[in-house]
Amino acid sequence: MGSDVFQPGVIAGRLAAESYETGFSDLHPPLDGHEALVAADRCYFCHDAPCITACPTDIDIPLFIRQIATGTPDAAAKTILSQNIMGGMCARVCPTETLCEEACVRELAEGKPVLIGQLQRYATDHLQEQGIHPFSRAAPTGKTVAVVGAGPAGLSCAHRLAMLGHDVVVMDRHEKPGGLNEYGIAAYKTPDGFAQGEVDWLLKIGGIVLRYGISLGRDVTLETLKAEYDAVFLGMGLGGVNALGIAEEDKDGVTDAVDFIGGLRQASDMAAVPIGRDVVVIGGGMTAVDAAVQAKLLGALNVTLVYRRGRDRMNASAFEQDLAASKGVRIVTHAVPVAVHGNGSLHEIEFEYVDDAMKGTGQTLRLMADQVFKAIGQTLQGDGLPTLESGKIKVSDVGRTSVEGIWAGGDCASGGDDLTVTAVAEGRDAAMDIHAVLSR
Amino acid sequence: MADLTSNFIGIKSPNPFWLASAPPTDKEYNVRRAFEAGWGGVVWKTLGLDPSVVNVNGPRYGAVYGADRRLLGLNNIELITDRPLQTNLDEIKVVKRDYPDRALVVSLMVPCEEEPWKMILPQVEETGADGVELNFGCPHGMSERGMGAAVGQVPEYIEMVTRWVKSHTRMPVIVKLTPNIADIRKPAAAALAGGADAVSLINTINSITSVDLDLFSPEPMIDGKGAHGGYCGPAVKPIALNMVAEIARDAELRGLPISGIGGVTTWRDAAEFMALGAGNVQVCTAAMTYGFKIVEELISGLSDYMDTKEMTSVDDIVGRAVPNVTDWNQLNLNYVAKAVINQDLCISCGRCFAACEDTSHQAIAMSEDRTFSVIDEECVACNLCVNVCPVEGCITMEAMAPGKTDPRTGKVVQSEYANWTTHPNNPSATAAE
Repeated sequence: MGSDVFQPGVIAGRLAAESYETGFSDLHPPLDGHEALVAADRCYFCHDAPCITACPTDIDIPLFIRQIATGTPDAAAKTILSQNIMGGMCARVCPTETLCEEACVRELAEGKPVLIGQLQRYATDHLQEQGIHPFSRAAPTGKTVAVVGAGPAGLSCAHRLAMLGHDVVVMDRHEKPGGLNEYGIAAYKTPDGFAQGEVDWLLKIGGIVLRYGISLGRDVTLETLKAEYDAVFLGMGLGGVNALGIAEEDKDGVTDAVDFIGGLRQASDMAAVPIGRDVVVIGGGMTAVDAAVQAKLLGALNVTLVYRRGRDRMNASAFEQDLAASKGVRIVTHAVPVAVHGNGSLHEIEFEYVDDAMKGTGQTLRLMADQVFKAIGQTLQGDGLPTLESGKIKVSDVGRTSVEGIWAGGDCASGGDDLTVTAVAEGRDAAMDIHAVLSR
Repeated sequence: MADLTSNFIGIKSPNPFWLASAPPTDKEYNVRRAFEAGWGGVVWKTLGLDPSVVNVNGPRYGAVYGADRRLLGLNNIELITDRPLQTNLDEIKVVKRDYPDRALVVSLMVPCEEEPWKMILPQVEETGADGVELNFGCPHGMSERGMGAAVGQVPEYIEMVTRWVKSHTRMPVIVKLTPNIADIRKPAAAALAGGADAVSLINTINSITSVDLDLFSPEPMIDGKGAHGGYCGPAVKPIALNMVAEIARDAELRGLPISGIGGVTTWRDAAEFMALGAGNVQVCTAAMTYGFKIVEELISGLSDYMDTKEMTSVDDIVGRAVPNVTDWNQLNLNYVAKAVINQDLCISCGRCFAACEDTSHQAIAMSEDRTFSVIDEECVACNLCVNVCPVEGCITMEAMAPGKTDPRTGKVVQSEYANWTTHPNNPSATAAE
């Protein structure tokens, strides 16, 4: 325990140096060869396997596991990557416990699914660590496509288009590619620069040009893109953060969880990242859990995650909730923020308990807080976009927007869960549709 | 705790579990530890004439694995003992002195001439051993020198050597048979004709376990080359069971005592061999895989089984299944079964569906929500779904009661027994009486 663990305020270096390395190391250490074979042996090679159905990218899971079991992990990787070019990241960040592994028949049989996520990582790491890119480009088509956003949706779309012979320009407002893979995921889920490494590997397909620091609406307009390119794919995610809607929420110390998470991912030394002694995270999704757990790993003494509904309604999976609890995060449910208190700087935040219908009960809770992280959802930003639906760009099954020649996918588009794997699937499917249209 | 005492051709042991002649019984150290672990007897690894043979200095074993690297089959190219004859004899003597209640049988293999047998048998007798087993089964190495399986594949040689041995010793004689032969009854009959007290089977099966796809060498590989070895372990059990049964149900051989060998791994395997006519069993691969301790499970399992069945002697098991081993043409063609899937146990893996749909009779239906059910109109009760189902007891074959109509054939299930010999489709059918 570091000497500064009880100090109030937002300060850096609360813990002993080695604690940071331990805390932010790989959440699931990679399987070694023996572990992978043992895990692969448990797959029953189901007919029309439920795990495939549960995977948003429809990876042929029984096939790739059989390929691992028979000593051909690179063939397994190709099976994975042909459906999901970011199979390496998805193996790390997918909530497998609510997707493939929940559907695994051995979950039903024994309560212990095949370790699909970790096997997927084993295969994709095996291939990517050799620097092998197993796909090549088709003959050039002469068509160009603009992709807005270098996150999972945009890069997935760009890779598939490049593979099909189109030339792709990907624009992103950040200085690095990866989107939420780079800025929005807990550090312990993707340590050792994996996100950038995966992008570098993905770009080996060729035919993709990346442009950074370009924001749609600010630096480039949709009209220009539409005029200059044969097709446009929008995959810029959700740039805005929902507000709490209470007075003084711009008080010092009240910040967005996504910024906190992004800052952590870009930090070169975790010990230099300041954190409060008492931290409150408001929200019930993955972002809330990622923020709460990492606040704890940085040395916050008390971290409370407050959610307005019951645990069963939280977007964070049971595994994520348990992970938070195991790190010492207290989870409070059925409470909404009503006020922040403090002379000048933040000191306390006050909640009111609500019933299942979100009706106030009059009962309140005050939590000491040096820092409050808002993680109650993000919003689409921008004007002049295609028709929206519930705040997102309305798209068809294959990503077509209301405007001809413009497709969209990922978090900024309607439909699907806001998951990396869903974004990859939508980017891929839109690319196939763009290709079909451009091939006419 | 049931009484597991065994008396096999006059050789007594506290249980019917012997270690087979093989590496586990190569020397005093091993055999003492085996007896301490609880084994009822051993067949000492095959003795031969001096100078002793030499073994390869590379891998002697190759393996076949099931899921989770479970050893299903083992192949070996090891020869008979590579230690001096007198060393073995001395050790046999002190071990038998120290464990008088255990069976100690000595396996022998000498050239196919009378003199060497005449010479070695008194030396074995002098150790106080309980009997000898003639190794006519070893299929590799020794057979190239005219011994082992080279004798076991020629019934006339078996009879001749057995007769020599019987004439030169008072000890009980077990003849160990090779499975590398077309009809196991012929060597068994030769052993019987030569005066053998019993046969033991099976010895190992000619095999190559795998091929190194980089070196293109068979495994086990010795400096880039491989020779066939002898295959054993759980994978050979079905072959061994059939051969034991073939002898046990043969009219000419009925009553010939059998020591059952071939993939015995659990108490259940042992009981199955005994039910098919083996008076005791010999174990090797299971001990080589898991160590001597497995005998505790063999003992407890067989004991519990006998208690459940209210059997008071291991002999109560011996041969119980033999009357039910018959020829295909005696099977009741009026017996009709259908597969039944227990939906509470089903985990919806769909393997039964894939197997039936792709390779059998399209008799399993799959619903949108992955409920799998048998289509009685198509089911021929082939049992493949039962065999591929990963959940024990989930799919069962249920006999249809006589009087019911089989929806597949539209025919009423008959209560009368009727086999192929009287079936109208059989061109050489004889009219039913």
